[in-house]
Amino acid sequence: MGKYILKRLLWMIVIILGTSFIIFTILYFTPGDPARLIAGGNATAEDVENLRHIMGLDKSYIQQLGEYFSDTFLHFDLGTSWVYNKPVVDEMLVRLPRTVIIGLSAMVLNLALGLLMGIFAATHEGKWQDSLTMGIAMVFISCPDFWVALMLILLFSAKLGWLPAYGIGGPQYYVMPIICSALGGIAVNARQTRASMLGVFREDYITTARAKGQREKKVVFRHMLPNALMPIITSIGAGFARIVAGSAVIESVFSVPGIGLYLLTAINSRDYPVVRSCVLFFAVFTSVSMLIVDLVYAFVDPRIKAQYSSVRKGGQKK
Amino acid sequence: MIRRKKKGAYDQYIKSSKSSLFAETMQRIWENPGARVGIVLLAVIVLACLFAPLVAPYGVNDMDIQNMFAGPSAQHLCGTDGMGRDLFTRLLYGGRYSLALGLCAAIFGSVAGTIIGSVAGYFGGKTETLIMRIMDIWSSLPSILLCILISAVLGSGFFNTVLALSVGNVPIGVRLIRGQILAERSREYLEAAESIKCSKISIMFRHLLPNVVSPVIVDATMGIGMTITMAAALSYIGLGVQPPTPEWGAMLADARTHILNYPHLIMFPGLIIALTVLAINLIGDGLRDAMDPKLRK
Repeated sequence: MGKYILKRLLWMIVIILGTSFIIFTILYFTPGDPARLIAGGNATAEDVENLRHIMGLDKSYIQQLGEYFSDTFLHFDLGTSWVYNKPVVDEMLVRLPRTVIIGLSAMVLNLALGLLMGIFAATHEGKWQDSLTMGIAMVFISCPDFWVALMLILLFSAKLGWLPAYGIGGPQYYVMPIICSALGGIAVNARQTRASMLGVFREDYITTARAKGQREKKVVFRHMLPNALMPIITSIGAGFARIVAGSAVIESVFSVPGIGLYLLTAINSRDYPVVRSCVLFFAVFTSVSMLIVDLVYAFVDPRIKAQYSSVRKGGQKK
Repeated sequence: MIRRKKKGAYDQYIKSSKSSLFAETMQRIWENPGARVGIVLLAVIVLACLFAPLVAPYGVNDMDIQNMFAGPSAQHLCGTDGMGRDLFTRLLYGGRYSLALGLCAAIFGSVAGTIIGSVAGYFGGKTETLIMRIMDIWSSLPSILLCILISAVLGSGFFNTVLALSVGNVPIGVRLIRGQILAERSREYLEAAESIKCSKISIMFRHLLPNVVSPVIVDATMGIGMTITMAAALSYIGLGVQPPTPEWGAMLADARTHILNYPHLIMFPGLIIALTVLAINLIGDGLRDAMDPKLRK
């Protein structure tokens, strides 16, 4: 098991380095001169040249790449924002909790509601409850989340005045962003739960459980659910990453100053250190959450563990 | 003479079995009530958008200065926007962009994914490892983020947006096809094809691909809906297609500032996106059920 974790960790580092390299290269070759944009319309050619020097843009591609990698991965320095002239790390640390709170709460909501809806639909297969639940899930999947966000603002902020429409502050500011981030995921989880519950429905061990006179509730939650949960666990990592990345759009609708909005503003103002850092954050976040989920999966599912140890034994024999 | 006759019969058999498979799939989709609703809904939307000049009551850029920000009425079905342009008309014209974006990006992404995935799955070994490792890096960023970045780098415009939208779909297609091919690789018909010296390309695309392609078709169908949503989101945050082009997301972005005073400008474009995506997803669900070999008799 230790070897598996080590291997995964090493591969994760390679992925993160690879992503950073690609992002740096893409931004480097993006047409247009960020120095000219940041200097403003009135700047002379000399000013722009000075700025280019300060920003390190006058160096060659290899030099810039080397500096970026050594700063980021050896000194853990994400650089200074070109536009605001402040360290990127400070700003990110302020914004991080907002994005993570929204992401985590949305994820919890996703799983809780998604599982409940899926189980409910599966246990009522073919009846109107099933059609209704799956119909709701279908509508959730089909509505663009940012549009739902706008509609919620109309209803809860403009008409009813219950919740603030934008910005960040107390808990009430988080309610709508969380709901919007969660909506699509709830539906995906509900559909997946239903499908995998129905998949184990006709397994022999379920028949056995019923045959021995087990109560239906216990059959569903003790025998069916743990087995049906496996494919859902594998999708948690990617789902979580998708929510956090999707925060860019949701944060922009609600003007929540989180990492996603930071990235969008930086893209528009060509603030490359910020863009690179935010993308790096998302890449690390995605990789780590996938890794954790895979490890949990390997831990929960005895088959994976057995498979891995048998592979290793086979290797030793050779 | 006899041989030729036999060959003709065989050809006919192949032909009839092919068309019956297609017909059978269509039949199964049509039998699914959800999918039927989806097909009708999508057909109405697509036809209305295609024949927008005939259906639309006004010109796409006609301004009615007396009726700026008018609410829905008999005269303007969905009301008018800030320049007095008829919203219903613009929705129809905008649908052309949104539907084309979704369709092109989903096809583009799936075709690229299928080709790369087939190469990985069929050749195996180092090629496969290399491709799959690249895909790992590729998908280390969630697709919406990748889409935002690429769109920002490439700039706006139809083709650039298609490219940005399809890039995120590629690894999904690759993984899907490769997984299918892995399960199929040791089948006898491949051995048979190899034994009569079919070229690798021919085996891959003529023998292997038709047997593994159905999940990709389902995925691509669902992908069209997702891509339309993503395209709208992209336009909304100011990338992708820009106003005054009447793309649905761009119309939402345009109306953003008027949300509190003129909610109909936000309501209708979003509603039409949701309806379109709903129709596509219903069809996708029906397609998946129809193509599922477990369900087919």
